[in-house]
Amino acid sequence: MTTFIKPSAVHEAQPMAPHWADVVEIVHEAEGISTYWLKFQDKNLAETYSFLPGQFNMVYIPGYGEAAISISSDAEDRTRIGHTIRFVGNVTRAVSRLKVGDAVGIRGPFGTPWPMVELEGHDITIAAGGIGLAPLRPAIYHIMNHRERYGKVHILYGARTPNDMLYPEEYALWKENDIHVATTVDRADDTWKGSVGVVPMLFYRYRMDAPKSAVLTCGPEIMIRFVIFEGLARRVPADHIYVSLERNMKCGQGSCGHCQLGPYFICKDGPVFRFDQLEDFFNVEEF
Amino acid sequence: MTTRPTLAVHKFSSCDGCQLQILNMEDEILDLAEVIDIAYFLEATRDARPGPYTISMVEGSVTTEHEVERIKKIRQESTILISIGTCATAGGIQALRNVADADEYANIVYPNPEYLSYLKEASPISEYVDVDMELWGCPVNKKQLLEVIVALLQNRRPVLPQSSVCMECKQAGTICVLVSEGVPCLGPVTQAGCGAICPANGRGCFGCFGPQDGANTDSLSDILTDIERYPGETKRLYSNISNFAPAFYEATRKLTD
Amino acid sequence: MSQEKLEIGSTYALPKAEFDNLLARLKEKGFETLGAKVDHETLVYEPISALADLPQGYISEQKAGEFRLKKTHHKRYFDYIPGAHSWKQFLFPSRQELFTLHKNGDGWNTELPDVEQPKYAFIGVRGCELSAIQIQDGIFMREDFTDPTYAKRRQNLFILAVNCLHPAETCFCTSLKTGPKVSPGFDISLTELEDVFLLEIGSEIGRLVLQGLPLEASSAFLLQAAQKGLERAEKKIQRELDTSDLPDLMTKNLDHNHWQEIAERCLSCGNCTQVCPTCFCWDTVDTSDLLGKETKRERVWDSCFNPSYSYYAGGNTRPTISTRYRQWLTHKLGTWKEQYGTLGCVGCGRCIVWCPAGIDLTEEIPLFREEKS
Repeated sequence: MTTFIKPSAVHEAQPMAPHWADVVEIVHEAEGISTYWLKFQDKNLAETYSFLPGQFNMVYIPGYGEAAISISSDAEDRTRIGHTIRFVGNVTRAVSRLKVGDAVGIRGPFGTPWPMVELEGHDITIAAGGIGLAPLRPAIYHIMNHRERYGKVHILYGARTPNDMLYPEEYALWKENDIHVATTVDRADDTWKGSVGVVPMLFYRYRMDAPKSAVLTCGPEIMIRFVIFEGLARRVPADHIYVSLERNMKCGQGSCGHCQLGPYFICKDGPVFRFDQLEDFFNVEEF
Repeated sequence: MTTRPTLAVHKFSSCDGCQLQILNMEDEILDLAEVIDIAYFLEATRDARPGPYTISMVEGSVTTEHEVERIKKIRQESTILISIGTCATAGGIQALRNVADADEYANIVYPNPEYLSYLKEASPISEYVDVDMELWGCPVNKKQLLEVIVALLQNRRPVLPQSSVCMECKQAGTICVLVSEGVPCLGPVTQAGCGAICPANGRGCFGCFGPQDGANTDSLSDILTDIERYPGETKRLYSNISNFAPAFYEATRKLTD
Repeated sequence: MSQEKLEIGSTYALPKAEFDNLLARLKEKGFETLGAKVDHETLVYEPISALADLPQGYISEQKAGEFRLKKTHHKRYFDYIPGAHSWKQFLFPSRQELFTLHKNGDGWNTELPDVEQPKYAFIGVRGCELSAIQIQDGIFMREDFTDPTYAKRRQNLFILAVNCLHPAETCFCTSLKTGPKVSPGFDISLTELEDVFLLEIGSEIGRLVLQGLPLEASSAFLLQAAQKGLERAEKKIQRELDTSDLPDLMTKNLDHNHWQEIAERCLSCGNCTQVCPTCFCWDTVDTSDLLGKETKRERVWDSCFNPSYSYYAGGNTRPTISTRYRQWLTHKLGTWKEQYGTLGCVGCGRCIVWCPAGIDLTEEIPLFREEKS
């Protein structure tokens, strides 16, 4: 692990107390999913807050609690922070009732980032399913901001239906930046002209130069398993496959114990793991 | 002020003890009246208004034909229906007749049993209508009642522990009566929420908050049977207020066989 | 004896009758003195103000799933082995306010609880208990996450440790090398002999507290008596936990059928985790008032045996008793090592005694060395 960098938005006196941020814009993304653009009320913090692609914040709604939400905006855009949120739990459903101007509590950023520096010079495949694209979007921004540092880049993305796809208006921009974008859906509708099927299937569309390739993936657990399988089958080394995992993070700082997976606290040692770190535990049921 | 949600409190076959818990919210009752319009609560006020109600809290079990009709009507009139107390959630102590002969009981207790009209079984509210939420306890816990109301006002899931009563004992520093005194206790298989009052007073838990989800009653039955102070004590313990809750009913049955 | 001679690392004898003066010195220095007391049929840790508050003449008979306090004919004060209470309840309270929010227009004002924390003096910390405190230090006072309440209380803490001369049947500190003799980390350590307490000074504050008390230099005879007592205690400990193949034994047997066998007895009640002096899991709870003006956020002890512990938007990671028990034991005796550099067990035996089902990890562990079926 790298040396510890103190998260910008954590109070020294009480690390569990939130900093407050205002909702400045809400963008509807898909059914039950919106992006919340936030700005810290504390001017100084608004300027100094920084995160790395793949990290998350704890988002707090008083009375409802906190939820770990990955940051889905450009880490180099220091004017605001974006969280793409699916309304599934107690906290996120409360988020769904927020309006522009409302305040939320934020602590963070927490967790390990995508290894964007280590992967310079590599071909990169980004494989995401559903809301799993949100934590990968900062990695995509990073690649576009520094396109020359990376080799061939493929984004493989799948959602349940065409209407469930996140950020469709950005795909053109990705393509302009010499990124190959392949999408698929579980169920097509009349408008859909792309492929129908699961994300791992998209690996069969192109040839991978395995030794110099890396795979970054996030999505439903079953999809992740098959993405890893496809990566390994193409001889991508296990230490070049990166997975972002989800569990019930409560403190974000490896203290409360909830998000343990074997020796790891997913909130502190993850959410981004190299697959070789997980090999011993990933296939143990209900561990 | 915007329209406040209306609250109705209904009594079925019960002792009124759970309704009393609402009245016992001495520190909060004024605030409660400010945020909620108490439209029907006979134990508190004669000002009883007809439905529909936003929230109906129902105390007691269903034991007569008349109550069957009443609960169906209440369900139709209520957006949210909450069973409060173990009579409403599991049938209560009166459900003991479900494993006995109700007519025989009636003959023993009443001089003129022919005037009685009752169902063979005392049932939880959920037996007859859909219930949105259940609050266990004999009586219900005041803090839990309050939490449920606040949660409804805030449009969120209430925070109700799913852990065992043991967790409450240990967190309060209450010493385990089972381990240190050999007193039979249902704490390890009972849903927390009461504040572990009985063990704090040197008594074993008798499970009034109902079985914990996934409770391992088989193991506890083995443990308790070994330390019984009189034959059948374990069975007696299960056959209390929550006797008709499926997990305890099953545990009792296994001990009977 | 002249006071200038008191030295850290040296041992002195204090007549038992003078112990109350030691407690008084601690109080003068602002410490709240806490120790073992008899309450109902058991032992609790509570405020004490005199030697007479301690359970003189009591021993505790401890077995799997059973604790019985016994009065004996002798007059010693520290022959008991502690009950369900552990010092963790003072440094890491079971329920603690994190902050309170007060509604202010559209926003909230955050009120943090008082930064001042109580100043405790723990009287009678056993070797295993001291190790447990040190393990929790590593959990709550990490470079990258310090719990302010814990850190403050820990900074304030005075530890009067006790060498165990009468271990219980459930003790296995020798296997974890945490006792019966206390290891460094105390301010004063005490060994109880018939007429005197032998006190070893472990820190500057320990030295200051003792200064001025009528101490005697400890004679070779007394030191030898203490040494003999510890040797006898060590021999008395029969229970064993072979740690030679831990943590690997745990991580290599995640699919062992014995998990299911334990689950048939395990009540998933969480008692083991709550009495364990190293278990640290916690949850957060918000409580709001009816008018929506105030929200209090608290930290409460949690347990990996609680059904809600492993619940997240994607479902429940550990839906069965066997998976929860596996999480507990593989953490305690396995993955803990990678996380914090030690095993999570100090050999105090609390999880054995206070398990209503009497599940005994020292008996379960060897079964994982047998063939999987």
